[in-house]
Amino acid sequence: MAESKWTPKEPMVSAKDVHKSFGDLEVLKGVSMDVMKGDCVCVIGPSGSGKSTYIRCINALNPIDSGSIEVEGQEVNDPHLDKLELRKKVGMVFQQYNLFPHKTALENIMMAPMRVLKEPKDEVETRARELIKKVRLEGKEDSFPGELSGGQQQRVAIARSLAMRPDVMLFDEVTAALDPETVKEVLVTIRDLAEEGMTCILVTHEMGFAREVANHIYFTDRGVIVEHGPPKTFFTKAKDPRTKEFLSQIL
Amino acid sequence: MSARTLIPGITARATTDLPVLKPFKGKPYGHDEIGFSRFLANLSPWAVVCVVMLLALWPMAAMAQAKYTIGDAFDALWKWVPFLVTKGFALNILISVTTMAIGTAAGVLLGLWQISPHPAIQKTAWAVTQAFRNSPWLVLLFIVMLAFPFEITIAGVTIPIPDWMKAVFGLSLPIMANISEVVRGAIQSVPTGQWEASESLAFSRNQTLWRIILPQCFKRMIPPWMNWYAILTMATPLVSLLGVEEIVTLSRQAMEGENNHPELLIPFYGFCLVIFFAYCYPIARWTISLERKFSVKL
Ligand SMILES: Nc1ncnc2c1ncn2[C@@H]1O[C@H](COP(=O)(O)OP(=O)(O)OP(=O)(O)O)[C@@H](O)[C@H]1O
Ligand SMILES: [Mg+2]
Repeated sequence: MAESKWTPKEPMVSAKDVHKSFGDLEVLKGVSMDVMKGDCVCVIGPSGSGKSTYIRCINALNPIDSGSIEVEGQEVNDPHLDKLELRKKVGMVFQQYNLFPHKTALENIMMAPMRVLKEPKDEVETRARELIKKVRLEGKEDSFPGELSGGQQQRVAIARSLAMRPDVMLFDEVTAALDPETVKEVLVTIRDLAEEGMTCILVTHEMGFAREVANHIYFTDRGVIVEHGPPKTFFTKAKDPRTKEFLSQIL
Repeated sequence: MSARTLIPGITARATTDLPVLKPFKGKPYGHDEIGFSRFLANLSPWAVVCVVMLLALWPMAAMAQAKYTIGDAFDALWKWVPFLVTKGFALNILISVTTMAIGTAAGVLLGLWQISPHPAIQKTAWAVTQAFRNSPWLVLLFIVMLAFPFEITIAGVTIPIPDWMKAVFGLSLPIMANISEVVRGAIQSVPTGQWEASESLAFSRNQTLWRIILPQCFKRMIPPWMNWYAILTMATPLVSLLGVEEIVTLSRQAMEGENNHPELLIPFYGFCLVIFFAYCYPIARWTISLERKFSVKL
């Protein structure tokens, strides 16, 4: 069967009734969401509600049990899925940065385009230096991750993902390990990205950011999406008591 | 009436009043992987000399009246030392080095199979590792010694296999299994976040392993690897039981040549002890210092 041609009018990421269990524990109980090209979507919810699990399903770090996730028309829940092709389109940034400690900032950024995409070194290097500039880390090219602050490491991690020129970026609580001072510098970087039209899916506890930058907010609890909507209505007109309770605690 | 006496460590106040959360600096994995080197490196070189001296004095007192004295025995030893070192100990070193080379090559392969994504390969590698890690070395040696042919014929050319080569194969088995564990342990000590980050960048499994994971844990493998080398070197006299003419076998033969006076035992075997210690002690010190250096860096 020919690959269905995806067009930007269709959702870039489309999840339908996603179920996922770890052993007896059902973590995702039918999650559905559509993310259009250029959207910035925030997923919020209490700890343990399955936010990380869900976002990791999108780039097939976690296989799903049933349902469907399509990324630009490519089905993720497919035993013959070419994971590497999928991951070239989907960038991911983690809470713990996970930079490669034995490589400098610049090498961290250059590695994947050179080794995975097999692009020529000088081309990749030019792009990497631009990305360093973009995340405001000029002068840190040759620093090792251990020599950088948490916020700087996280921005290198973002640049490393962007170097693959992904179509979607996934962020899993990328500011949760940072102190309040440095949270801002990372959020500004992500906001710039979103404003340039990058499709972003964020798991976050930063309500201010969600309100300001997101087009759409999803509230999850115990593996289901309880409520969702654009920030304007979401924060002021939440209907579900669980959402209200969560918002009252966090705001 | 009087203040209770403080028992340091139990009732005494802690040196700080505030609970201080020390950063957890555990060993990178499981049990102490360089315990043998630690023991050896903490021995004072004088300890060995003292033990040998004490042992040497004992027969001197007991048999002072005998006409063959301990002094004669030491004279006999000096005569044999060049032979024992160049023909005997040199073979021990040759055996330890070749065994380590073969054992490491096989062990790295086995260790990588232990983390294979294919359950069949992984389980088999695990079973092989455990089997050879937990078998007595001497039994493995005997099996290889008896199971191996005396010679092999390749394309009409018959090559005899010397006993020491067979001993090398026998000793390689437990070394392989232990290196396999070192490799597996080191790889698994790398945080899973590194695998995940690498996979999300579309690195293949092999690329992740060779470009991201192994470069990070290579250094961590060196101290335990050296520890195993010291253990192996100390174990090479086992092969004298199989007739390989290494230092212990040759010492026995030399003593026979000197008419088997009981006074010879201490100087000759004492010499073996000293020479093994002299060879392994610096390795142990080096191992400890490398381990310290690497654990600080990480
Ligand atoms: N690999 C795993 N094996 C078993 N259980 C897991 C695994 N990963 C997550 N879980 C469980 O799944 C549930 C959801 O975890 P998840 O990390 O998705 O929550 P979360 O919403 O991201 O929470 P937090 O806000 O604390 O990060 C938890 O109960 C967790 O213990
Ligand atoms: Mg999480």
